[in-house]
Amino acid sequence: MYKRSVSYPCILWSAAFIIIPLLFIFYYGLTDRTGAFTLSNLAAIATAENSKALILSLGLSLLSTAICLLLAYPLALILSGSKIGRSGFIIFLFVLPMWMNFLLRTLAWVVLLDTNGVLDTLCKLSGLPRFKIINTPAAIVFGMVYDFLPFMILPIYNVISKIDINVVNAARDLGANSFQTLYKVIFPLSLPGVISGITMVFVPSLTTFVISTLLGGGKILLIGNVIEQEFMKGTSWHVGSGLSLVLMLFIIVSMALSTKYDNGEGNVL
Amino acid sequence: MSKWLKRFYLFVIMVFLYAPIVTLMILSFNESRTSVKWGGFSLKWYQQLFESRTILAALGNTLLIALLSAVLATLLGTSAAIAISHMKKRKQSFCMSIVNIPMLNAEIVTGIAFMLLFITLGDLLAFFGIHFEMGFGTVLIGHITFNLPYVVLSVMPKLKQFNLSMYEAALDLGAGEGQAFFRIVLPDIMPGVLSGFLLSFTMSLDDFVITHFVKGLGADTLSTLIYSELRKGIKPEMYALSTIMFLAVFLVLLAVNLKPQGGVKNTN
Amino acid sequence: MGNRLIDLQHITKIYDGHPVLDDLNLYFNENEFLTLLGPSGCGKTTTLRILGGFETPDQGRVIFNGQDITHLPPNKRQLNTVFQKYALFTHMNIAENIAFGLKISGKSKAYIDDKIKYALKLVNLDGYEKRMPDSLSGGQQQRIAIARAIVNEPKILLLDEPLGALDLKLRQEMQYELIRMKNELGITFIYVTHDQEEALTMSDTIVVMNQGYIQQIGTPEDIYNEPTNAFVADFIGDSNIFPGTMVEDKVVRIFDRIFPCVDVGFGCNTPVDVVIRPEDVELGAPGQGTVDGVVSHLIFKGVHYEMEVTACGREWLVQSTKMYPVGEQVSIHVDPFNIQIMNKPESEDEEAVVLDV
Repeated sequence: MYKRSVSYPCILWSAAFIIIPLLFIFYYGLTDRTGAFTLSNLAAIATAENSKALILSLGLSLLSTAICLLLAYPLALILSGSKIGRSGFIIFLFVLPMWMNFLLRTLAWVVLLDTNGVLDTLCKLSGLPRFKIINTPAAIVFGMVYDFLPFMILPIYNVISKIDINVVNAARDLGANSFQTLYKVIFPLSLPGVISGITMVFVPSLTTFVISTLLGGGKILLIGNVIEQEFMKGTSWHVGSGLSLVLMLFIIVSMALSTKYDNGEGNVL
Repeated sequence: MSKWLKRFYLFVIMVFLYAPIVTLMILSFNESRTSVKWGGFSLKWYQQLFESRTILAALGNTLLIALLSAVLATLLGTSAAIAISHMKKRKQSFCMSIVNIPMLNAEIVTGIAFMLLFITLGDLLAFFGIHFEMGFGTVLIGHITFNLPYVVLSVMPKLKQFNLSMYEAALDLGAGEGQAFFRIVLPDIMPGVLSGFLLSFTMSLDDFVITHFVKGLGADTLSTLIYSELRKGIKPEMYALSTIMFLAVFLVLLAVNLKPQGGVKNTN
Repeated sequence: MGNRLIDLQHITKIYDGHPVLDDLNLYFNENEFLTLLGPSGCGKTTTLRILGGFETPDQGRVIFNGQDITHLPPNKRQLNTVFQKYALFTHMNIAENIAFGLKISGKSKAYIDDKIKYALKLVNLDGYEKRMPDSLSGGQQQRIAIARAIVNEPKILLLDEPLGALDLKLRQEMQYELIRMKNELGITFIYVTHDQEEALTMSDTIVVMNQGYIQQIGTPEDIYNEPTNAFVADFIGDSNIFPGTMVEDKVVRIFDRIFPCVDVGFGCNTPVDVVIRPEDVELGAPGQGTVDGVVSHLIFKGVHYEMEVTACGREWLVQSTKMYPVGEQVSIHVDPFNIQIMNKPESEDEEAVVLDV
C-alpha cells in the first residue's frame, strides 16, 4: 500500500520548514553582524536584565506547571471514573474554549481580575480582602494556568482512563486501601501522562510573551518578551537568536525527559 | 472523595475555564464602549461588526488560512503518516521526532525561525530581482507546518490499527493499489484523518504567536488584529464576532457529539 | 483429481539472511484439497503468500497453467485468498464485501446480485446481505470471507489457517463445511495449517513442511501410517520414536530386544529410527510380550486411557481402552505390521530439524 514517493512531499516540507529555519536560529545565534563566530549572543543571557527575565520565567512557569498538575490530577481521576468521561464529550469540553480567541480569552481575565473588576467587586461586597492581582506576577501565573490547564488534563485523563480496572481491583484485593492504591498503583501507571502534561504546560509557559503582555501590564518582562522585542523592535536578531538557543536548551531537556518516559500514550492532541 | 465533592470540583474547574468566555459574551451586549462599566443591553456591536471592513477582512483571512492550512496539512500529514508507518523502528522514531518539533518546540522559537528564513529568502530572491515578502503565503506555510504533527499524531494510531490483510484482500480480489487505498485503507483511517483536520483547523484559528512573526505588513488575522488594538483598547465588535463564532462552533460540535454513535453505514 | 494446475519450481525465499524456503518444488492439481502442514516458521504461509502474489520469491518460478506468473501482482491472478483473520472490510456490509471483487472487474448489477445470493446460500448465510461484519460471529465472518473469495470464480482458493481463531466445536463443523464447499465448487483448495488433525480430516494430499523444506508429501493415510522421518512421525499424532538397529530384513533391535517387523531393504546392522504409535502398543501380563515394564503414569482421556510404561529405561507412550493402574507390572507387545522403520537423518541440516522439535 506504499510507494516510496509518498514520503517525498513530507520529507521536502520538513527539511524546508522545520530543519532549515532552526538552522537559521543557530546561525544567527552563533554569529555577529559581520558573520563571524561568537558566543556573545549566548552570553547575553547573563546581563542583569536578561537573567532576571529568565529566572522569573523559570519561576513562574514551574509554579504554574505545579498548580496545573495539582488541579488536573484529581480532575482526571474524577473524569475517568465518571460516565461523562467515557464519551468524547470531555475532550469536547476542554477543546471548546479554544474556539474563543486565545487573546480575548486571556484578556477577559483583565476584566475579571482588575481593581474594581468582577472578582474585586465581589470581594468588596462580601467583605473579603480586596482582590488586586492584575499587573502582578500572580496574574501571569493565573493566565498560564488558565491557558494551559487543558494540556495537563487531557494526557493524564487519557492514560488513567486506559488503566485496566482489574489492576486497580487486584491492588484492592491484595489489601491496599484507596490511598495506597492511588499512590502505589494508579500514580506510577499514569506517569507517562503526567510527564507529557508537564512538558506540554511547562514549555509554553516558559516561553510565552503574550500572557505577560496581556496580564502583566507591560511592566513585567519574561524571557519571551525580551526575545520578542529583540526581533520586533529591531534591536538585534543575533542576540534574540542567541537567547532563543539558551531557551531551547531548557526545552530540549524537558523534551528529552518526556520522550524518555512517554511511549506515545500520553499524546492526545 | 464523596460524589458531591467530586461534582463541586468539576463545577469549579468548569467555571474557571468558561468564566472568561461568559464575560466576553456579556461584554458583546454591553452598550458602553469600555469593558469596565455596564451601560445596558445593546446589539449595536453586532450591527457595527458587519460594517467594519478591517474586522471582516481579518475574519476572511483567518478562516481562509485555517481552511487551507488544515486541508494541506491533512494531505501532507496523512501521506507522511503512511510513509512513517512503513519505516523500520529506528527510522520511524527519528522521523516522528522531526515532525513533532513544531508541536513540542516553543511557538516563539518556531515563529522567529520562520521569520529569519523568510526574510533571508526575501533578500536572496531580491538579489535575483524577484520580489518576495512575508504575508498571506508565509502565514499559510507556518500554519501548515505547525499543523503537521497534529495530523500525523491523529492518523498514526488508525494506521497502526489497520489490518494489513484487508489491503491484501482488496488486491487479492482484483483491486489495483490505488483502488485498494481509496476504497479500503482511506475509509478505515478516515476518523483519524478527520480529527487531524479538525484539530488543525482549530489550532490555526487560535494561533497568534507564529502569525505574529510571519505575517509581515499585510495579512492580519483576528489574533494579530486584536494584538494591534491592545493599546487603543479592544473594539467591542471583536467580542460580538467571537461570541458568534463560539456559539456557531458550539452548536455544530454539540450536534456532532449528540449524534448517535455507530451504525454508520454507507450504501451505494 | 485432474491435471497439474500450478507449479512451484526451485522457490527460494530469504528473510534477513535466513532462508525461509530453500529450493522448494511442489505442484498442485486441479480439484485437489491440498494442505501445507507444519509448525510456525516452517515456510507454509510464505509458500501461500508467494502463490497469492503477496511475496516474490528470491529465486524460482511460479507456473500457472503453463504461464509464468512469478511477478504478476495479486490483483491479476486467477486465485483468491481467505485470510487468517478474515480481513473483511469493516466499513462495508456483507453484500458490499462480497460484491467488492465483482464490482472491480465491472460485472453488471444483476450478475452481482445473483452471485451474492448464490454465495450466501453456499455458506449457509442467506439473508445476511445488510449486516455489518462486526455484528457477525467469528464462524460467520469466516464463511463470508470464503463467500467473498469464491464469487470471483477462482481456479484456486488459498486458505491461510482460516479456522485458527474459532473454538473447537465450530472448527470441526467448519471442516465438514469446507469439504462440502470444495466438492460443490470443484476447484483446488490450498490450505495452510499447523493443526495435524485438521489436515488429516480434510485433505486429499498433505505436504508436511519444516524449516523451509518439504518433509513428506502423501495422502493422510500415508503420512500417518508411514512417516518418512522422525519429524513427520512426531508432528503427526503422538508417537514413540526410539533409536534402533536394523539387524536384517524384517528384524529390528530396540534396546537390545529383538522385534519382528515388515520392513525390508535397510541393510544389515544399520542404525535406524523406529516409530510405534501409542495405540499400537499392546499391554499384557508380565512375561507374555517382548519387553516387561511398569506403568508409571495414567490419564483418562475419554475414548481411551493414556499410560506411560517404563521399560528398558525408556518411557513408552501407550493408548488403550483397558486400564492398568500405576505401579502394575505389564508386558509390551507390538504387532510387526505396526512397527515403522525410518532412516536416520543423514545431513546435519536434517539432524537440526529433528532436534529442533
